[in-house]
Amino acid sequence: MTVPEYRMSHLRALEAESVHVIREVVAELERPVLLFSGGKDSIVMLRLAEKAFWPARIPFLVMHVDTGHNFPEVLEFRDRRVAELGVQLLVASVPDAIERGLVREPPDGTRNRIQTPVLLDALEKDRFSAAFGGARRDEDKARAKERVFSFRDEFGQWDPKNQRPELWNLYNGRIHLGESIRVFPLSNWTELDIWQYVAEEGIGLPSIYFAHQRSVFERNGMLYADNEFCRPRPGETPSLRRVRYRTVGDASLTAAVESEADTLEKVIAEVASTRVTERGATRGDDKFSEAAMEDRKREGYF
Amino acid sequence: MDLLRFATAGSVDDGKSTLIGRLLYDSKSIFSDQLAAVEAASAAKGDDYVNLALLTDGLRAEREQGITIDVAYRYFATPRRKFIIADTPGHIQYTRNMVTGASTADLAIVLVDARKGLVEQSRRHAFIATLLRVPHLVLAVNKMDLVDFSAQVYEQIRDEFVSFAAKLNVPDLAVIPISALLGDNIVTRSPNTPWYDGPSLLHHLENLHVASDRNLIDTRFPVQYVIRPQSAQHPDYRGYAGTVASGVLKPGDEIMVLPSGFTTTISAIDTPDGPVPEAFPPMAVTIRLTDELDISRGDMICRPHNAPTPAQNIDAMLCWMTERPLQPRQKLLLKHTTRSARAMIKDIHYRLDVNTLHRDETATHLGLNDIGRIQLRTMQPLMVDPYQRNRATGGFILLDETTNTTIAAGMITSAS
Repeated sequence: MTVPEYRMSHLRALEAESVHVIREVVAELERPVLLFSGGKDSIVMLRLAEKAFWPARIPFLVMHVDTGHNFPEVLEFRDRRVAELGVQLLVASVPDAIERGLVREPPDGTRNRIQTPVLLDALEKDRFSAAFGGARRDEDKARAKERVFSFRDEFGQWDPKNQRPELWNLYNGRIHLGESIRVFPLSNWTELDIWQYVAEEGIGLPSIYFAHQRSVFERNGMLYADNEFCRPRPGETPSLRRVRYRTVGDASLTAAVESEADTLEKVIAEVASTRVTERGATRGDDKFSEAAMEDRKREGYF
Repeated sequence: MDLLRFATAGSVDDGKSTLIGRLLYDSKSIFSDQLAAVEAASAAKGDDYVNLALLTDGLRAEREQGITIDVAYRYFATPRRKFIIADTPGHIQYTRNMVTGASTADLAIVLVDARKGLVEQSRRHAFIATLLRVPHLVLAVNKMDLVDFSAQVYEQIRDEFVSFAAKLNVPDLAVIPISALLGDNIVTRSPNTPWYDGPSLLHHLENLHVASDRNLIDTRFPVQYVIRPQSAQHPDYRGYAGTVASGVLKPGDEIMVLPSGFTTTISAIDTPDGPVPEAFPPMAVTIRLTDELDISRGDMICRPHNAPTPAQNIDAMLCWMTERPLQPRQKLLLKHTTRSARAMIKDIHYRLDVNTLHRDETATHLGLNDIGRIQLRTMQPLMVDPYQRNRATGGFILLDETTNTTIAAGMITSAS
């Protein structure tokens, strides 16, 4: 007689953990919201939320902190996905916030850092007690230290030295009025896990994740798309190259990578063999200092 | 490919960061931009070698002080397995972080410096791993290159540790001589240790059998959330969502719901990908039952002839995690599986010296990072098992009702 092994693949184990986290938030916290940018991580997170409550609908709203610097393919995808799921989308708009005087446009035109006050303002206005974010611990060394349930004080700040211990699968979501929890269901996923899961589940992604022809120019060793948000400066000459995006963020800050990977299989092979981290290859915003992410997170960033 | 979670405890001196750096590097999980950043930071600090600790010590305070404070999670994969490392600090003032890292681990690596042999810290790490019932322990005897790969040094440390481990009830132990710096016995067997006939560390991690570590006997399904779509498509659907804590559930199984004690049968086990013929840990599923019962979050589904006793008097080992000490009569909030209950500390049996395992029965409080045995009483019954038998239904956390912080972790020894 053979004894059944009851085996689970690493993707199914990660999926189960994420579903558990998402259900726990809905069971314990009153008004959660899921931050959805149309990027691959938040797309996977939304799929996990769909699974957590099936056959019921996702019991919370979805919010996009919109810098106004968007890739049209991503916005189109965002709206289509939200409509398919029948969830309500809130847009917290950075351009509106600039107009209202909540934040000021930085001189270099990059809006990454001013997203934080806009996010905090939107969370407060709608009195959300928890916000799901798609951040992963493998992205950055400050994130590697952050809890799955990450407590934020009434100013939305993260205090890395004073985090709540997190044991087994017991999460502490207790807060006072005005405080909130950021929840990261994808904490233990890596970039490769995300792609393998996308392939296994047949999840659709915006087309810019796959290799395509685009007019790009080089700046600080990275390839930026020549678009309305990001114009070449004197000495930077755009050329047509075959690229894809590894991350999707503010279109003025997110760089493309040269790639021939135009199918899921090729992207997975590329991700498995790459020697540069996702954020290192594509994010201008993390290059400012050793602790750029820690500092932004302290202020209340995603 | 499956998943293995392991915890490492130690300080920079033991070569813990070097070992993790080596595992990540040899499995190609360190990226060139990360390495370049670490090289630049090492040079800026005036180190004459690439300080791999900078790769893992992610917080500003950690880099400034050159110590690991908090648990960091690292990831690497080989063609055989995906690994999650809980990288925890080694000093006694961070015992709570070690306990946290060990709580989810399938395996713990305790590092010793071959030149120094077993020290207080190695015994403490081994004790914490067994207290949290980490099923597999590896004693990595590091810096073998600095003792000329001496079999005698290795055997002496191994024998001493084996006799110490016998007192701790370590379920599975491997003792591996390594040099994290030079790579001996990390990925492949080293020619420098012909007298050692065991596996390399990575081979051990890749091939260890962990499927049988789960408790597949005692069916425990804590109800996490009730799913009722009330939609046109599913007007009468009622499912109980949760994560299987232990045991195996199948449609047709007779089950009992606690604390009510009602019995019924499982009619289906649902996932969004369709019904499944069985559910086992750690699957997250939704269970439908034949009868409509009043079941809500915090209830426990089990089998009529294998059920935990609903208990309010609980004896437990406690790790205290906050500055303000635990006092008898203190009132707290206890979270166990999906159920929370108010609790009061009735008695502190003893405080344990985590270095000598001496029990101080005169202790009147537990301070930050102290471990001790206590008794508490809860306002509502909890469906508990001894932690030794069931990690998922034997562990709990204590919260401070005023500050809402997590202030202790508990491992149940007995309950009534």
